[in-house]
Amino acid sequence: MSTIQNLNAFDPFADTGDSEAQPTNYIHIRIQQRNGRKTLTTVQGVPQEYDLKKILKVLKKDFACNGNIVKDDDLGEVIQLQGDQRTKVSEFLTTQLQLPKKNIKIHGF
Amino acid sequence: MSDLGFDPTLKKKKKAKKPESDVSESPAPAGEIDDMFAGLKKKKKSKKPVDDTTEASASPAADDLTDTFGDLTLKKKKKKSVKSLDAADFDQQLEEAGLEDISQTNDDDNSASTAGGPPYEDLLSRFFGILKKNNPELAGNRSGPKFRIPPPVCQREGSKKTLFANVQEIATVLQRNPEHLIQFLFAELGTSGSIDGEKRLVLKGKFQPKQMESVLRRYILEYVTCKTCKSMNTELKRESANRLHFLSCKACGSTRSVSSIKTGFQAQIGKRKRM
Ligand SMILES: [Zn+2]
Repeated sequence: MSTIQNLNAFDPFADTGDSEAQPTNYIHIRIQQRNGRKTLTTVQGVPQEYDLKKILKVLKKDFACNGNIVKDDDLGEVIQLQGDQRTKVSEFLTTQLQLPKKNIKIHGF
Repeated sequence: MSDLGFDPTLKKKKKAKKPESDVSESPAPAGEIDDMFAGLKKKKKSKKPVDDTTEASASPAADDLTDTFGDLTLKKKKKKSVKSLDAADFDQQLEEAGLEDISQTNDDDNSASTAGGPPYEDLLSRFFGILKKNNPELAGNRSGPKFRIPPPVCQREGSKKTLFANVQEIATVLQRNPEHLIQFLFAELGTSGSIDGEKRLVLKGKFQPKQMESVLRRYILEYVTCKTCKSMNTELKRESANRLHFLSCKACGSTRSVSSIKTGFQAQIGKRKRM
């Protein structure tokens, strides 16, 4: 089984994360406009096994921005960062946390 | 400088085409060189393969050379034949070309098996050239001018809002319910808005037409184009039984399910949440 390399990384029959049952499958990175030309980046769906507080600490230092963690009843803990940090967050998640790029969805313009 | 030395022979060739075949009959090196140049100048037409065979018996090294140049002449011939294909009587000429092709490849195979026929790229580009000329709808541009999506028109409305003037028009071109498109825009841009009296969309926040375009592109990729045939002539249906959205293609008939639009997390902006 494991000799077939194609099947190792990706199970074709696995849930695609579209259904309501597994909202944690995808990591959504969104942007919202605040007053004026200020923006806010939200990172939703970082897997439970990661310590969000530690990630936030690193992100804040790396991107030189403020941020916080918001607890949502349905969507779990969400990281909020000031400014448009979407590409930087995506890069961090893929390189530092080794999260697959296809699981990250960047929204917004 | 070596070209200068060979110049006279070239000129000779131009004047009289006949003697070259006589020369090549004898396995002299000069004859081979002449042959090469003849190949370059595509002077020889159908006589070529005969020379090849005679030389093949003479010297194998020279054979390789003539083969490569023979290939060159073949290429040139091919292009000529494509050019000569006018809209006049396509089928007949195609047949002719096909016959010509076959005979040429046969010659090639006879003279040397290493040549392997005309290059694939040439045949491919020729095929697509003919296909585009005669059946443009089969040659890729299936959607045609019918699905030209007008560029999004965005105007500033005050200092905090954006007026997206042609949502309705774009939704009609895409054959989608404007509500669906607007819902997607709200979710992607993380904002909200309303529709004004002239059916224009008023969005909270400042958005450039370029940014709008990239969001629209994502919408089209996700909810309009058929993944199987890339056609944009599709229909979005909602199955009442399982409340799922299905995208069915009007061009090829394939159906796929699409995820519902989810707004996801929306940060509290402005006023603080009341404790
Ligand atoms: Zn299709």
